[in-house]
Amino acid sequence: MAAVTAETRQPDLREAKGWRRTKNRIMTVLMVTSFVVVLIPLGFVLFTVIAKGASVISWSFLTGSPIPPIVAPADVGGMWPAVIGTIEITALATVMAVPLGILGAVYLNEYGGKNWLAGLIGFMSDVMTGVPSIVMGLFIFSIWVLHFGFSGLAGAFALGCLMLPIVIRSSYEMLRLVPNSLREGSYALGSTKARVTATVVLPAAIGGIVSGALLAVARAAGETAPLLFTILVVTTPNYNVFSGANTSLPSQIFANANQPYPGAQDRGWGAALTLVAICFILMIVARIVTARFARYSR
Amino acid sequence: MEQPEQHVATTSMPKPAALHDAQPVPETPTGAPVFDAKNVSIYYSAFKAVTDVSLIIYENEITAFIGPSGCGKTTVLRTLNRMNDLVAGARVEGDVHYRGASLYAKDVSPIAVRRRIGMVFQKPNPFPKSIYDNVAYGPRINGERKKSKLDEIVERSLRQAALWDEVKDRLDKSGLGLSGGQAQRLCIARTLAVEPDVVLMDEPCSALDPIATGRIEDLMHEIKSRYTIVIVTHNMQQATRVSDRTAFYSVLRDEKSDTRTGVLVEYGQTTQIFEDPHDSRTQAYVTGRMG
Amino acid sequence: MSTITKVDPAVPAGSTHPLEQRRPLGDRVFAIVALGSGLLVLVILVLIAVTTSQQAASWFSAEGLKIFTNTWNPAANQFGALAFIYGTAITSVIALIMAVPVSVGIALMLTEVVPYRWSRPIVYVVDLLAVVPSVVWGLWGILVFAPWLNHIYAHIGSAVTGIPVVGSLFGPPTSGASFMTAGIILAFMITPIVTSLSREVIATVPAIDKEGAYALGATRWEMITGAVLPHSQGGIVGAVLLGLGRAMGETIAVALVIGSSAVITPHLFAPGYNMAAVIANQFGEASGTFRAALMGIGVLLFVFTIIINVLARGIVERNARLKRGA
Repeated sequence: MAAVTAETRQPDLREAKGWRRTKNRIMTVLMVTSFVVVLIPLGFVLFTVIAKGASVISWSFLTGSPIPPIVAPADVGGMWPAVIGTIEITALATVMAVPLGILGAVYLNEYGGKNWLAGLIGFMSDVMTGVPSIVMGLFIFSIWVLHFGFSGLAGAFALGCLMLPIVIRSSYEMLRLVPNSLREGSYALGSTKARVTATVVLPAAIGGIVSGALLAVARAAGETAPLLFTILVVTTPNYNVFSGANTSLPSQIFANANQPYPGAQDRGWGAALTLVAICFILMIVARIVTARFARYSR
Repeated sequence: MEQPEQHVATTSMPKPAALHDAQPVPETPTGAPVFDAKNVSIYYSAFKAVTDVSLIIYENEITAFIGPSGCGKTTVLRTLNRMNDLVAGARVEGDVHYRGASLYAKDVSPIAVRRRIGMVFQKPNPFPKSIYDNVAYGPRINGERKKSKLDEIVERSLRQAALWDEVKDRLDKSGLGLSGGQAQRLCIARTLAVEPDVVLMDEPCSALDPIATGRIEDLMHEIKSRYTIVIVTHNMQQATRVSDRTAFYSVLRDEKSDTRTGVLVEYGQTTQIFEDPHDSRTQAYVTGRMG
Repeated sequence: MSTITKVDPAVPAGSTHPLEQRRPLGDRVFAIVALGSGLLVLVILVLIAVTTSQQAASWFSAEGLKIFTNTWNPAANQFGALAFIYGTAITSVIALIMAVPVSVGIALMLTEVVPYRWSRPIVYVVDLLAVVPSVVWGLWGILVFAPWLNHIYAHIGSAVTGIPVVGSLFGPPTSGASFMTAGIILAFMITPIVTSLSREVIATVPAIDKEGAYALGATRWEMITGAVLPHSQGGIVGAVLLGLGRAMGETIAVALVIGSSAVITPHLFAPGYNMAAVIANQFGEASGTFRAALMGIGVLLFVFTIIINVLARGIVERNARLKRGA
C-alpha cells in the first residue's frame, strides 16, 4: 500500500494475480467472440447461396425466357425477365434519385448553412432512411398505381424514395469535406455560387458521391417490398419500363421461396446468387472508387 | 511569460516558501533513490525523440523538468510510469529502475507500475461520473468494496487535495461541473486515492489561472513529505517556487535529417541551476535568452 | 428579404440597389432547384402520411379503436390488429437482445482492442451483413436455417416441458418458422447499423480521458467501464433505437420465416405474424376493408418508425452536442 518510507525490498511489479486480470481477459475474449459470432451466419448464408446457386446458374439461366411455371424443373426457361426488370427499374430509380439527392445535399451544405429549414431537412432526411421500404411501396401504390396502374415506373418511384435520403446523407458528408479554400479561390475569380458549386465543389467531391450513390443502388437493387404492389409479377420480359407490369430478381426470389417444388427453389437460389453477385460487385466498385478518390485528394 | 511575484493569498493559505527562505536542500540527498535512469533513449518508430538521459530522482523531493518545447521532458516523464506504452511504435532503450526493480523488464505489468506511480495531466480530465465515484474509482478497481472504507478514502484524498471543503456537500454531483482549478484538484485527489508512491505531474497548472495555480503549488508542498513528485513545467518561476531539484532539457537539432531530439543538459539542485548554472545552454534558458 | 449588410461572396460586385440582387438567372434557378430537392424530402414524408391514411380511412372508421384488439378474421370482416403489433414488438425485442451486446462488443473491440490497421477490413466484413438483400436472408432462412433451428427448438422444447415460465416460452415447435427465427434473422440484419453507430460514438471519447483511467492502474476493461462507456451511453442508446426502428420495419425476411399465423402467445417457437409481414403476404389479394386494414397497419408502422427514428437521431445529436461542449 502506501510507501511512506523507502521499501527495503524491491517492489514486486509483476502482473496482478486474480480476478482483475482474469476479468480483463474474459472481456477481451467476449469482445472478439462477438465478432466471430457475426461471421458465422454471414459465412453460412454466402456459402449456401453460392453452393446451391452455382449449380443452377448458367448462360441460359440468365438469358433464358420466359420464367417457367413453378412446377417446372430448373433447366427450363430462365430468369431473363427478372434480370432485365431489375436492371431497368433500378436504373430508372437511380436516374431520378441520385441527381435529386446530390442537389439536396448541395442545398444543405452550400446554401442552407445553419438556418432552421436546412436543419429540419437534414434531420428529417436521416429519419427518412428509417422508414420501412414496404411503406414506400404502399405510398406509391396509393398515389400512383391506383391511378395509373402497375409499371416499372411505379416501382422506380418507390425505389427512388428509398434511395433519396441515402444519397442526400452520403453526398452531404462528402461535400462537407471539401475545404473552403477551394470555394474561396473560385469566388475570388468572380464566380457565382452555382458556378463554384458545379465547377469546383462537385468535382472535388465526386469520388465520394459516386461511391455513396453506388451503395444506394446496391441497396435498391436488392429490395423486394417496394416492388410488391407497384410492379406486380410477370413471366415474360417487359422492355417498356414505363407501362405494364414487370418483375425483378428479388420479386422472383420472394415468389419462389415458399414453393415446395424443387425446380422453383432452385430457380430461387440461382436468382439469389445473381442478386448477391450484383450487390457485391456494386459494393466492391464503390470501395475502389473511394480508394482512388482518396488518392486524388491527398 | 510574466508571473506575479506573489500570487494573491487568502488568510487560510500559507505563503509559499520563497526561494531564499527555504530550508536549504542538502547537497547529498537524504532520501533513497526512487528512479534511476541510465542512458535512456526513447524512440517513436524510427524517430529518436530523446537521447541518452541519465538521472536519479530522490524520495520525498519535488523534481522539476524544464526546457523549451519539443525537448522531450514530457516524453521522459511518461516513461517513468509506462504511459508511453499507449503510443504505437514507442520504444525505450537503456535502463529505468524504480526502487531497484527494472521498469521495463519482461514480466513487469504496466498496471502494477501505474498503481504505484500516478499521473496528473495537463488538462484536467475528470470522468463523467460523480465526484465521489471519480475519487473512488481507483480504490474500487483495486478491490475495495466496503462503503465505510471508501467514504474514508474519498474524504482523506479530497482533504489532501485541498478540495474537501468545497465539495463535501455535493459529492454526488458530476465531476464535469467543476471549475478548471477544482477539476484539477479532483484529478489529484483521484490520483492520491490509490496511495501511490510517486506522483508525476505533466504541466498540471498550464490550463489554470494564477490563483488556482497557487493552490496547487501549496498542495505540492503539503504532500511532499508523503510522496515523491516529478513535475514537468514550462514556467521557470514555478520550478523555483516548488522544486528541490531541477533537470534542464534542451533540443539537439540534426541539420542533415532536420530532426529534433531531446537531451538532458544539466541536473542539480534548483538553487544551483538557477543561480549558478554550469552549462551555457542552461544559463541562456534560465536568464530568458532562449526558449 | 432583409437588406444586405454583410457581403455575400455569391453576389456579383457592382449591385447598385440592395434589393435588386442582379444574380444571373442560371444562378437563381440552380439555387431554387437545390432548395426544391431538399424540400422534396419533407414533401414526400407528408404525402406518405396523407395518402396512406386516406386509403386506410375506411378501416379506421369501420373499426375505430377496435383496431387495437386481437380479432383478426378477414372472412368475418373483423380487423383487429393487436396480434401484428404484438408480433412486431416481440421480434424486435428478440433481435435487440441478441444484436446489441454483439454490436457494442464489436464496436469496443474495434476501438480498443484491435490495432488500427485491422479495423478497416473488419468493418468491411461487418458491413457485408448489410449487403446481403433481405429476400436472400429470407430464402436462406426458410429453406435452410429454419429447418436447422427446428431441431434445436425441438430439443429445447422437450427439455423444458413442464417448467413453469420457461416451458411456455420455449415449448416444442411446429416447424422452424416462428417468432424466434424471425427475431434471430433480424438480429443478423440490424447488427451492422448498431455496430457502425456505436463505433462512431465510442470513437469520440477523448484520449485524455482514457489515459486518466490507465494512469490510475486500470486494466483495459476497467478503463472501458470507467471512461469509455459513461461517455458513450447516450450515443449507444441512440444506436439501439435505430436498430429497433430497422428491426420493426424489416419486411421480406420476416414475411418468409415468421410462420404467418396471427396469434398472441408467449410461445416463442410458435409461428406468428407481424405488421410488416402481414402486409407483404396478404396485400396482393386484399380488397375493400381488408385492403384498407392492411394499409392502416402500414400507417401505424410508419408512425411508429418515425417516432423511434426521431427519438434516436435526437438522442444521438444531443449527445454529440453535449460532448463537444464539455
